[in-house]
Amino acid sequence: MQPAPSLLLFSTLSGAGYGLLFVLALTVLLGIVPPAPLAGLLGLGTALVMITAGLLTSLGHLRRKERAWRAISQWRSSWLSREGVAALLTFLPAGLLALFWVLDGRAPWPLALLTAAGAAATVFCTGMIYQSLPPIPRWHQPTTTPVYLCLALATGSVLAALLAGPWVEPALPAFHLLALLTLPLAWAVKWWGWRSGDAAAPVATIGSATGLAGFGKVRLLEPPHTSSNYLMKEMGFRVARKHAAKLRHIALVLGLAVPWLLILVATWAPSPWFAVLLTALAAAATLTGTLVERWLFFAEAKHTMSLYYGEQAA
Amino acid sequence: MTMLPAAPSPRRLGLVIDLDTCVGCQACVVACKEWNTGGYGAPLADEQAYGAGPSGTWLNRVHGFEAGSGADGRMVHFPKSCLHCENAHCVTVCPTGASFKRASDGIVLVDEDKCIGCGLCAWACPYGARELDGQAGVMKKCTLCVDRIGAADLPESEREPACVRTCPTTARHFGDLADPDSKVSRLVAERGGFDLMAELGYRPTNKYLPPRPGRRSEGRADSELEDASPNGGFLGWLDKVLS
Ligand code: SF4
Ligand code: SF4
Repeated sequence: MQPAPSLLLFSTLSGAGYGLLFVLALTVLLGIVPPAPLAGLLGLGTALVMITAGLLTSLGHLRRKERAWRAISQWRSSWLSREGVAALLTFLPAGLLALFWVLDGRAPWPLALLTAAGAAATVFCTGMIYQSLPPIPRWHQPTTTPVYLCLALATGSVLAALLAGPWVEPALPAFHLLALLTLPLAWAVKWWGWRSGDAAAPVATIGSATGLAGFGKVRLLEPPHTSSNYLMKEMGFRVARKHAAKLRHIALVLGLAVPWLLILVATWAPSPWFAVLLTALAAAATLTGTLVERWLFFAEAKHTMSLYYGEQAA
Repeated sequence: MTMLPAAPSPRRLGLVIDLDTCVGCQACVVACKEWNTGGYGAPLADEQAYGAGPSGTWLNRVHGFEAGSGADGRMVHFPKSCLHCENAHCVTVCPTGASFKRASDGIVLVDEDKCIGCGLCAWACPYGARELDGQAGVMKKCTLCVDRIGAADLPESEREPACVRTCPTTARHFGDLADPDSKVSRLVAERGGFDLMAELGYRPTNKYLPPRPGRRSEGRADSELEDASPNGGFLGWLDKVLS
């Protein structure tokens, strides 16, 4: 599948934003951290900016943007529509929560609860858009949505450690600890997804796509046209497969190993500003690693349509 | 409305395509493009038609496969367009309600005025039957020539899809696959018509008829050529000298 920059940026940015929103709302709801105004301003503010920026980027993927409002109408059947509805609805409690938190130093529990639920629901819908597509076996597996959820949580935790951490002073660096837990969790689920995707038997072959298997080996002799077309560009993308193994390692190093070590060191850092610097580097690394993971998610995925353009199995 | 019809439609209009007789002439491809570029919805894009990398939208494409090898190998011309699936995920994934399946006859259509060009339905189609138009920015797919099969101003005999009407070898048949006595249903029953990628569970309406078994040339290639000598004359003399 073609890795469209607008989609990669959207799910990475918005994912981290929703993760941040979720972590802040939940920790304050559970009373782990107090609603310190500066933490709210920087943390919730950044989350809402990232989410909005991500959503606007995703509009870039639409060819008829002027009609984008129509996309919230089919929530009864479409995960994409549900994602839009969830994203818009989440702005309501999240915006109110930010106001109370920043202006009044309070975080009313119904708002915190609704914010956390909305953030989780939106990312869940994003994952389901991909997971619900049978023609793309690498996406149509049970790990897809958990990976989206866990990576949003992990990147959100790192951002919370960076933006809200310095302004709340609990006995424990709660956000740093959360990041140390969620980073390995997210990438373990991703690793499992990669492995099960590699091991899965093809869902269809050129023989079943043409119904000609009974005659022996089937191969494409003449493509329908001499030049490329929308289908081949959009769904026949195959550049990445050669470097997949290397890119997976890069994603793991940038997404997991580097930020995990940096955050570990940050929890012991002698000066608070040094800790902030280390955490900032960790955030940059894990967001880049997630972006590489998203790129691979698209680039490695094969569509059954490609069986009609020369692939033997998908 | 992107929910699929609750009950199976009373009629299931679709195509039956004969892989035995299709000669890959591309006549249906051209007829489809021409009829549909002036019919339902926006014209079908043609970009850089005379340039180095021409590309455009086609609702029907003919692929060429080689099946088997050596003496048993055969060339199979393989036309493919939307199969108007019963379990059409392309419809349910659509966020805007632009994609829908008609409850009366099962035809899957796109209302282009609602389409935002997100492309998700093309991802959801296992067969590569939907193409996002490069110029209009909306999703294009086979309509089964809805503006032809119901056109009151056409004589009854011409109310069939342009591809079916055009095919010189009658490799394409159009009809109601819900009616077991229809011409198309009988063809499917007689010739062992099958579904493409049945394992994906989309339950396509369109069916394909397999190439007939055996070789066309059997019993013919080895037969003796006729004797020219009884006719006498120069050719008879030549025949005698050479044989
Ligand atoms: S062939 Fe593709 S576009 Fe047509 S109904 Fe089936 S899934 Fe939808
Ligand atoms: S491209 Fe158009 S028809 Fe297809 S899913 Fe998007 S809005 Fe619906």
